[in-house]
Amino acid sequence: MTDLTSLTMAEARDGLARKTFTSVELTDAHLAAMERARALNAYVLETPEQARAMARDADAKIGKGEGGPLAGIPLGIKDLFATRDVRTTACSKILGDFKPPYESTVTTQLWRDGAVMLGKLNNDEFAMGSSNETSCFGPVVNPWRREGSDTKLVPGGSSGGSASAVAAGLCLGATGTDTGGSIRQPAAFTGIVGIKPTYGRCSRWGIVAFASSLDQAGPFARTVRDTAILLRSMAGHDPKDTTSVDRAVPDYEAAIGKSVKGLRIGIPKEYRLDGMPSEIDRLWSQGAEWLKAAGAELVEVSLPHTKYALPAYYIVAPAEASSNLARYDGVRYGARVDGNNIVEMYENTRASGFGAEVKRRVMIGTYVLSAGYYDAYYLRAQKVRTLIKKDFEDCFAQGVHAILTPATPSAAFGVGEKTGADPIEMYLNDIFTVTVNMAGLPGIAVPAGKDAQGLPLGLQLIGRPFDEETLFSLGEVIEQAAGHFTPSRWWE
Amino acid sequence: MSVDAATVRRIAHLARIAVTHAEVPHLQGELNAILAFVEQLSEVNVDGVEPMTSVTPMDMKKRADVVNDGEIADAVVANAPAREDHFFVVPKVVE
Repeated sequence: MTDLTSLTMAEARDGLARKTFTSVELTDAHLAAMERARALNAYVLETPEQARAMARDADAKIGKGEGGPLAGIPLGIKDLFATRDVRTTACSKILGDFKPPYESTVTTQLWRDGAVMLGKLNNDEFAMGSSNETSCFGPVVNPWRREGSDTKLVPGGSSGGSASAVAAGLCLGATGTDTGGSIRQPAAFTGIVGIKPTYGRCSRWGIVAFASSLDQAGPFARTVRDTAILLRSMAGHDPKDTTSVDRAVPDYEAAIGKSVKGLRIGIPKEYRLDGMPSEIDRLWSQGAEWLKAAGAELVEVSLPHTKYALPAYYIVAPAEASSNLARYDGVRYGARVDGNNIVEMYENTRASGFGAEVKRRVMIGTYVLSAGYYDAYYLRAQKVRTLIKKDFEDCFAQGVHAILTPATPSAAFGVGEKTGADPIEMYLNDIFTVTVNMAGLPGIAVPAGKDAQGLPLGLQLIGRPFDEETLFSLGEVIEQAAGHFTPSRWWE
Repeated sequence: MSVDAATVRRIAHLARIAVTHAEVPHLQGELNAILAFVEQLSEVNVDGVEPMTSVTPMDMKKRADVVNDGEIADAVVANAPAREDHFFVVPKVVE
C-alpha cells in the first residue's frame, strides 16, 4: 500500500470515498508518523484516542454515504484554537493546563464536515514571533535542512508547528492564524501552501486573541487545491464574531485550474528591497514569467507606503495585544503566582507566565496607549494604516486583479540565529506579509523554488477583498510550474 | 522618543508585570530599539487622514438583546486556579 502520509488531501478524500483505505488506517498512519517525528517538536499535544474515535465515526458515516466534505481527513490544530476539553495553551505558561469548556467556531466547522483531530500544534507564544522560538514548549524544527548540513532550522512562525507538521507528513492539513505573516512566512519556509483569507472571512471566536483587528485564521496544506478544500470548511459567517462577514462561502476548489488569461498582475516596485538576495529576485521574476506564460498580463504598480507597514504594525499589534492579554491575571484560568496583595499577585503571575517576547510587546503596547503618547504613536499608526490600505485600493481600482511579491526576504534560518539583542532583526521577516494584514486583504504563499542551499522559497499573491478564488487560480499556475517540494525524512 | 529606566518601571507597573532591577536595562534597550524603529512614521504626512477603525467596510452587527446563554457556572469556574463553590478566590482587596 502507498504511504498514506504522502497523499494529498484530495487524493486521501478520493481513496476514502472509493474505500481503498479507511479513515482509521489513514489516521493510524499519521499517528505513527507523529510518534517517529517527535524530534521536530511540531505537536505540543497528541490526541490519539480522540483521533481514532473521530476516524471510526467518519468511517461509519462514509459507509452510510453521509460523509461530509472532510470526512475522515486527519488534521493538526494550532494550539491557539480552543478545543473543548483538550488542553489549549497558546504555547504560553500563563494558560497552564487550560481546558476550554467550548470549541472555536473554525474547528467546530471542521468537525462538522467530518475532519479528524490528530493533536495540537506548536506555535510562538500567543502567536508572537516569526520563528516558533518563543513557544513555552521550545522551538519547532523545520523538516528541511541545508544541503550537506544538519544544522537545525526554524520553520518560521508563528504557526511553525502547523507548517512543520504539514511539510513532514504529520497531518494532511493544519489550521493556522496570521496576524502579520504567521501563515504565509512559515508556509514559505517549509515548502508548502498557506493562505490568510480576507479579514472577516473566518470567525475569530474561540481563537486566543493577539491583535484583534489583524488576526485571521487560515489553512496550511501541501497543495493549493488542499488549502482551497480546507478554507471552504473554515470560512463562513458566525454571529459570535461581530467582525465575521455575512457572505456566502464559494466553492473555492472550483477555482483550481480556472484560466488566468487576461488577469492583470501587479508587480509592486517598493517590494524590490536594497540588499535583497538575488535568488529571491530571480524567484520573483520566474513567478511573473510563469503567470505571463499562462496568459496573465504583468503591470508595474506602486504601493508607496509599503515601508511604513512594519513600523505601523509594531504599534498597532502590540497595542491590541496589551489590551487583549490583560485578561491573563491569574484569577479566572491559567497559572497563578501568589503575592502579598492582589496587585502583586497580578504582577507576579504575569512576570512568571509570560515569556520575554510577550512581555516586550505588552509593554510597548502599554506605552503607546498611555496618556500623552496615544496621539503620537497609536493614532498616527492608525492613520498610516489608512494610507497603506488606500495604496492597495488605488492599485485595484486600476484594474489589477492580484499582486505578486516574494513571501519572505530569505529562506529559513537556523535556530538561535536571530534571537539577539535587537528584536527588529526578527521582525523584518514579515516585511512582505505584514502589509496584507494592515489592509485586511487575502494573501497566499505558494512554494516556487529553492535557494542555493536547497531550501524552499515561496511567492506571495495578494488579492482583492474576498477574492480568494483568484488567488487559488493563480497559485495553481505557480504550483504546476514549480512542482512540489518534499523534504527527505531524516528524522525517521 | 526613548524611555529611561524610570519609565520602563512605570510601564511595567501599568502592564502589571513585575520586573527586577536587573531586568530594567535589558528591557530599556529593547523597547528603545523598537521605538527607534517606529520613529520613521513621523516622516509620513497624515494631515487630513482618518485613522482606521475598521479594515472591512461594514456596520457593527448587533445581536438581539436576549438571554442566549447562562446556567453554566460550573464551566465558568472550572479552570480557575482558586475557587470556592461558584466564586473566584483572590487575595483580600478590602481592608
